[in-house]
Amino acid sequence: MHLLVCGGTGCRASASDSIIEKFKTEIAAKGLENDVQVILTGCFGFCEKGPIVKVLPDNTFYTQVKPEDVAEIVAEHVIKGRKVNRLLYIDPTNQEKISDAKHMGFYRKQIRIALRNCGVINPENVDEYIARDGYHAIGKVLKEYTPAQTIDIIKKSGLRGRGGGGFPTGLKWEIASKNAADQKYVVCNADEGDPGAFMDRSVLEGDPHSVLEAMAICGYCIGATQGVIYIRAEYPLAITRLKIAIKQAREYGLLGKDIMGSGFDFDITLRYGAGAFVCGEETSLIHSMEGLRGEPTNKPPFPAESGYLGKPTNVNNVETFASVPVIILKGADWFSSIGTEKSKGTKVFALAGKINNVGLIEVPMGTTLREVIFEIGGGIKNGKKFKAAQTGGPSGGCLTEKHLDTPIDFDNLIAAGSMMGSGGMIVMDEDDCMVSIAKFFLEFTVEESCGKCAPCRIGNKRLYEILERITNGEGTMEELERLRNLSLVIKDTSLCGLGQTSPNPVLSTMDNFYNEYLAHVNDKKCPAGQCKSLMKYVVEPEACVGCTACARNCPVNAISGERKKPHLIDTAICIKCGACIEKCKFNAISIK
Amino acid sequence: MSHIKVELKQEQVAKLKEICKSFDNEAGELINVLHKTQETFGYLPAEVQEVIARELNISVAKVYGVVTFYSFFTMIPKGKHPISICTGTACYVRGAEKVLDEFKRILDVKVGETSPDGKFSLSCLRCVGACGLAPVVSVGEKIYGRVSPDGVKDILKEYE
Ligand SMILES: Cc1cc2nc3c(=O)[nH]c(=O)nc-3n(C[C@H](O)[C@H](O)[C@H](O)COP(=O)(O)O)c2cc1C
Ligand code: SF4
Ligand code: SF4
Ligand code: FES
Repeated sequence: MHLLVCGGTGCRASASDSIIEKFKTEIAAKGLENDVQVILTGCFGFCEKGPIVKVLPDNTFYTQVKPEDVAEIVAEHVIKGRKVNRLLYIDPTNQEKISDAKHMGFYRKQIRIALRNCGVINPENVDEYIARDGYHAIGKVLKEYTPAQTIDIIKKSGLRGRGGGGFPTGLKWEIASKNAADQKYVVCNADEGDPGAFMDRSVLEGDPHSVLEAMAICGYCIGATQGVIYIRAEYPLAITRLKIAIKQAREYGLLGKDIMGSGFDFDITLRYGAGAFVCGEETSLIHSMEGLRGEPTNKPPFPAESGYLGKPTNVNNVETFASVPVIILKGADWFSSIGTEKSKGTKVFALAGKINNVGLIEVPMGTTLREVIFEIGGGIKNGKKFKAAQTGGPSGGCLTEKHLDTPIDFDNLIAAGSMMGSGGMIVMDEDDCMVSIAKFFLEFTVEESCGKCAPCRIGNKRLYEILERITNGEGTMEELERLRNLSLVIKDTSLCGLGQTSPNPVLSTMDNFYNEYLAHVNDKKCPAGQCKSLMKYVVEPEACVGCTACARNCPVNAISGERKKPHLIDTAICIKCGACIEKCKFNAISIK
Repeated sequence: MSHIKVELKQEQVAKLKEICKSFDNEAGELINVLHKTQETFGYLPAEVQEVIARELNISVAKVYGVVTFYSFFTMIPKGKHPISICTGTACYVRGAEKVLDEFKRILDVKVGETSPDGKFSLSCLRCVGACGLAPVVSVGEKIYGRVSPDGVKDILKEYE
């Protein structure tokens, strides 16, 4: 019997470490060490209901497990074979308990390719990866295919880069392979700068070997013997797991000199980012790897011609690499049978925000937004109304109700005024103010602009200031006009991808929610009730019973009134924190 | 810029030299050297940067340029209990701003500052990858999920 415990960052934040410890002691106390294995895995994806514990072979899926539940799981399930019903997932549509994850709405529509091993194997044990056909692809490539033949498979599969741009991966490898040089480099971009996205981290935490294997395959194809993974320093767990994986792969002769006796050498080192979004852009990333400020440079020259240390360099994203070994083993036709005409395979999304099932999902390209949000995501939190989903992070745009039935792929998202990006998907409900959302992203861009070129450095700051005035109720119609024009200029004239895409959240919210902008500017009102300067908290005297709950909870003592008499909020002192509304049981406080 | 003057002790300088040496005094390893140094010293005051510049044989300006470019590096010492509020998108739409405001109000410090008693410092970071628990706050190594403005006092109480 196997007990799989999620060791992803989300679940570890809710004590999955001590769950593992407890299982181990409990199992040992019962003398079952030889029959039951406790395995720490990567993310199962269903973070909303974490920590997750899965029992094999019967596939029982326990949700929101606490350390206190461990003894019961061992006594009941492990020893007596009786499921612990209270820890099973309850289907929100019919209140039935589901024990096998296959039947949950969250998993039903998913196909796991890049995430195939996450939540299945122990990422700290190379044998488990090998047992799931790991390192078979590199073996097959070295024995059976020439580099050109391998590149051909990747080209035929239709795999496109998952880091945002969607550039065909096979073609990229071919270009790098044709540039002659004494040394070339394979770089894995694990900078994952989109705030609110955690796809790459989960792959690295849950299945690090798949990335190592793919980098070696890429090295063989383009003629490189050295690989570098550029990873954010904010991902300590992923870094630890990568270090363990590299060490184990070297011990098995799967990295290093003369891999599998083929005469091919390939090794991998790590470089750490230090918290700069622009370093996800490949030319900045390369400068950062060289120990410099991570400022971008003009392309051409492309990294494939002159990259790390001036040598031809092939940069791919984590998820792109993670898809490669399966494509080699199952074939290009298999991969290209999944997805849409121009976007093949699957895409991993980090689903977050106002959605019931926050988590990591992988769906075939062409799945609709409706399926993602209402079937997999389980709909909007607290029964609220869906308003928008932001894809592509600070470079992307929002998809609205009218896009719900659009099949999600690279080209459709661009046509809808957004972009695929690396896979962050933030869901917003009726309470979110879209002008504030645009401002939020602009604040991020202003902070992250490297400052090298003026349109991005100065222009985005101006955009932010205009948005700030609008949300403060000081905006004018001329400024709305200027907001749009300036956005277009910044897009056209910025040096790198950051500035070229940073106005997208502004343009896309203006296109889809122009009325909200108008309400802020003309009526000085925030329809979603989010913009503090535009709202006022008032007590409705008819509804107030004078229970004093609000006054006792107001952090700045802005509320006065006698017991059993209507209370009054002093708007000059009120900091609009909303604490009183939450505390009033009589709905007597409203926002005007 | 930090205006506090720091006297480096002999053994601290020795330790710094050792760190640079472990990366072969290679200029290209500057970022790794800085990571290691910050791990050891907690922050990167000007005096420390000067030693690193000398050891790697590059200008202090270059070291300073790199330190200030990357938000992970800090020239101000963190508090005994560094508090970080996640302001990634998922946490933002689930109310991180209100939580941040409450921390600022109770501690009476701005983002990037340390409380006068040196106990707490306040910073923001972008997505710790626990979006399912949004809004997320971390104090030192410990992560708190689903934090409400009301819950802020209770978190701080744990460190009194
Ligand atoms: C501002 C900016 C940020 C980026 N951030 C990332 C990132 O975090 N991760 C990533 O893989 N690619 C990122 N990219 C895209 C990379 O430049 C590059 O296209 C990608 O790593 C190539 O890999 P792929 O072909 O496998 O997608 C970013 C691009 C820009 C312009
Ligand atoms: S567009 Fe922005 S991030 Fe890119 S080079 Fe210009 S200033 Fe730097
Ligand atoms: S909590 Fe509501 S009912 Fe009670 S005093 Fe305040 S406004 Fe009146
Ligand atoms: S946005 Fe806060 S943890 Fe991801």
